[in-house]
Amino acid sequence: MTGFKALLLRDLHLAFRQGGDGAMAVIFFVLAALLFPFGLGPEPEALARDAVGIVWVMALLASLLALDRLFQGDWEDGSLDLMALSPLPLELVVLAKALGHWLVSGLPLLIAAPIVASMLQFDPAGLPRLVLALALGTPTLSLLGAVGAALTLGARRAAVLVSLLVLPLEIPILIFGVAAADPAATGDGATQIMLLGALLALALPLCPWAAAAALRQALD
Amino acid sequence: MHRFANPARFMRLSQTVLPWLAAATVVLLALGLVLALVVAPPDYQQGESVRIMFVHVPAAWMAMCAYTSLAAASAAALIWRHPLAEIAAEEAAPLGATFTGLCLVSGSLWGQPMWGTWWAWDARMTSVLVLFFLYLGYMALLHAFDDPTRGRRAAAILALVGFVNVPIIKFSVDWWNTLHQPASVLRMGGPTIDPSILWPLLVMGLAFTLLFATLLIVRMRAALIERKIRVLDAAASGALG
Repeated sequence: MTGFKALLLRDLHLAFRQGGDGAMAVIFFVLAALLFPFGLGPEPEALARDAVGIVWVMALLASLLALDRLFQGDWEDGSLDLMALSPLPLELVVLAKALGHWLVSGLPLLIAAPIVASMLQFDPAGLPRLVLALALGTPTLSLLGAVGAALTLGARRAAVLVSLLVLPLEIPILIFGVAAADPAATGDGATQIMLLGALLALALPLCPWAAAAALRQALD
Repeated sequence: MHRFANPARFMRLSQTVLPWLAAATVVLLALGLVLALVVAPPDYQQGESVRIMFVHVPAAWMAMCAYTSLAAASAAALIWRHPLAEIAAEEAAPLGATFTGLCLVSGSLWGQPMWGTWWAWDARMTSVLVLFFLYLGYMALLHAFDDPTRGRRAAAILALVGFVNVPIIKFSVDWWNTLHQPASVLRMGGPTIDPSILWPLLVMGLAFTLLFATLLIVRMRAALIERKIRVLDAAASGALG
């Protein structure tokens, strides 16, 4: 556990010292979401209907931003080899990195999303459900992103390739996330929230396993 | 299985099997098309345009079957380092992608007269579209590395990760009641299609399966020959250089 904590703290230190990645993801999220009133027109009813979808799609895209650099820095300077040789299992290394990614770019999204949704004329009564759905969905996005980052380590055009690989797998999260928070849906969205939780429970053991296998291929 | 890991043995075996396989494919395709286009009765509701089903459904079956073969070959390549499995997976992907594209296009052509729309975001159509992107992602990852072995290994892992989509496609019409019709062939309680339409469908399904097998073996042979050429080229330039 000390190895896991040490790795997580190291990643967080690096992220805050470099300052860029996490803040950039949130700024991109806010900026891109705010393009939609310009594109769709400022009528409140039309925007309110689309607000959930816009917030969720932007959350997906924002989570992709820092992914190709998730393992690349460590791979290039040899730290990944040391991590693979350490007593900490490679799966836990991946989990620590995914958690770091989420803390830096997913968690701030939970704060920015209600603000952006309100600016898109989203009904305030639905905000708690939106934040809950995002809180369950964004960690899964980080975990799936870690799988994509591990698979594309050292590839040409890795940044674009990660998006191509990870976005199809993230579509169910998008579908359930929007359904959970959609104010126009009948019911309270509890089923969709539970499904999001189930997807997270599925991703927590399986994604580190797949990503660790991919990292071992990269380190061979 | 390791008996068949020898590429030379595969080349010999496939050389004897391939003509028969190709002939069977041609015969069954011809038979299936005659049955589908001429012999099968028109649907009482859809009329003659039900005949698109005889291409659309087998293409969908093959899209999922090809991905299952891809995933199985990838598993064999990763677990046992089976050399032919890697080649089989690499060569099956474009075939599967084409079948998926054919399924989507024929479905659109069928949906326009039947449902009044070229596309709908129902569960099965969305998951088949995801399958199409999984194929494209697999092929992109395969060729994204300078070292081809690394590309094949990474793509194998991706194939296994994406395999979760195949049961979703199969059961999507049971879990979500949207536009696409529910299962009528492989279901509990047996098929619900009349035999006069079921049999041409099964013949076309078998024909498409044999087509996939034939094309896969042809592609694998071509890949193995290509490797030999590259080795000979390298040896020749090494000897001269």
